[in-house]
Amino acid sequence: MKDIAIVSFAQSDCVRNAGAKNEVELIMPVIKSALGAAGLSTAQDVDFTCSGSCDYQQGAAFAFVLGVDALGAVPPIKESHVEMDAAWALYEAILKIRMGHADSALVYGFGKSSPGELPTVLSQQLDPYYLAPLWVDTVSLAAMQARMMLDQGVMEEADMAAVVARSRRNALANNPHAQLKGEVAVEQLLAEETWVSPLRKHDCCPVSDGASAMVLCTVEKAREWGKPYAVISGIDHRIETHNLGARDLTRSVSTEQAAAVAGVSDGAIEVAEIYAPYSHQEIILTRALGLGSETVVNPSGGVLAGNLMMASGLSRIGEVAQRIINGDIKRGLAHATSGPCLQHNLVTVLEAA
Amino acid sequence: MSQPELLSQDFELGFTYTRSTGPVVGRFLTDLRDRIIVGIKGSDGKVYVPPMEYDPVTAEELSEFVEVGQSGEVVSWCWVKEPRDSHPSAVPFAWALIKLDGADVPMVHVLRASAESEVSTGMRVTARWAEETRGFITDIDGFVAAGDES
Repeated sequence: MKDIAIVSFAQSDCVRNAGAKNEVELIMPVIKSALGAAGLSTAQDVDFTCSGSCDYQQGAAFAFVLGVDALGAVPPIKESHVEMDAAWALYEAILKIRMGHADSALVYGFGKSSPGELPTVLSQQLDPYYLAPLWVDTVSLAAMQARMMLDQGVMEEADMAAVVARSRRNALANNPHAQLKGEVAVEQLLAEETWVSPLRKHDCCPVSDGASAMVLCTVEKAREWGKPYAVISGIDHRIETHNLGARDLTRSVSTEQAAAVAGVSDGAIEVAEIYAPYSHQEIILTRALGLGSETVVNPSGGVLAGNLMMASGLSRIGEVAQRIINGDIKRGLAHATSGPCLQHNLVTVLEAA
Repeated sequence: MSQPELLSQDFELGFTYTRSTGPVVGRFLTDLRDRIIVGIKGSDGKVYVPPMEYDPVTAEELSEFVEVGQSGEVVSWCWVKEPRDSHPSAVPFAWALIKLDGADVPMVHVLRASAESEVSTGMRVTARWAEETRGFITDIDGFVAAGDES
């Protein structure tokens, strides 16, 4: 099986409202930047392109097709899309390369959440008979998950606030694209009122507009291009039942399974970028991934600092890959999630060449 | 040149089909219309409410229905201070995971209470039916503290 390399990554700023900019205008700069860093100029220069986005955000069937306008798809290109976070578009591109149908690929994800009310929009992706007619929103489902953890004593509210304080601090130090950043004390956070109790507003990721993009290829191709790269040494994704009541919401079984297959424990993890849209979920995930104090978790601030719905999973992988490409670290992991209360999880292990 | 005749047509956006809910979801919803709550037995012997069509562990087709109680226990909950326009309550309320008597798996529904301080994990609650039941999950208007159902 051919080893696969990530050669470049680009992400936009996370902004609450991109205003008049449409999706194509959000995508074009990151595609140009990712292709440029790989020494390429257009989507014609790779064998395959795959994107991740959600039609519910635009409120129209096949809305993702408009995104193709950002590529310059004439003459025709080989192109695909997943109605998922672009981390799964990366997964599709990896399969395409492993099958020998491509040697290089461009992957991008985009989301403009500002025109709608995101938690309400996402409520309509739940079970169509048992949940969607109640309009139960994703923040409320996460809040019930947090309550279970508090009730069972597996964490305290101060642990949640500590996650938020570290996210804001890391974003301030390391992430020019972050929407929320700053020095804030745990006591200060705990003094705030609850929003959807037991969650406070700061326990929830912000709603952001933006996009990210990545170029990957076989290791042979990366050498041919003469570019530094990060090797994907393991990747796996697992999903749990859609019945929330049937899951143990205080842990993430699917993350544990994906981490085992991806080979997380085969070596030291220097940096982990984790897609935890709510503070308590970072606690669930660091435990599921078996991470200890030797790992720096979410140096970018993670998605509590800015959440590009449908691109943030790809960005987690890009954040780790970029650190390896820059020569800052040798081995790290990235996690992406999808669905309510961490239903579906993808784990990627990245290593230096 | 004469003015061309403008063609116009009324257009109503909608889905011009009906969808069958099948033998499992359909049975549950039909029973709700009759103010009865049923679950289904999984391969592990657990009673799932609402019933699942396929076993969450083995993916086997399920068919053994079990009528469950209309009261139960709050397994977890959250308090919605600022209801959204789409929410089934204009005033603050709780969402709850409720394990009905006779069920092993909790279901998500509305818990109506006048203040957050009246809600707690483990509290007993009872279903309150909508005035008119039509075969929807919303036939249960919500749950209330046991003893407050009238």
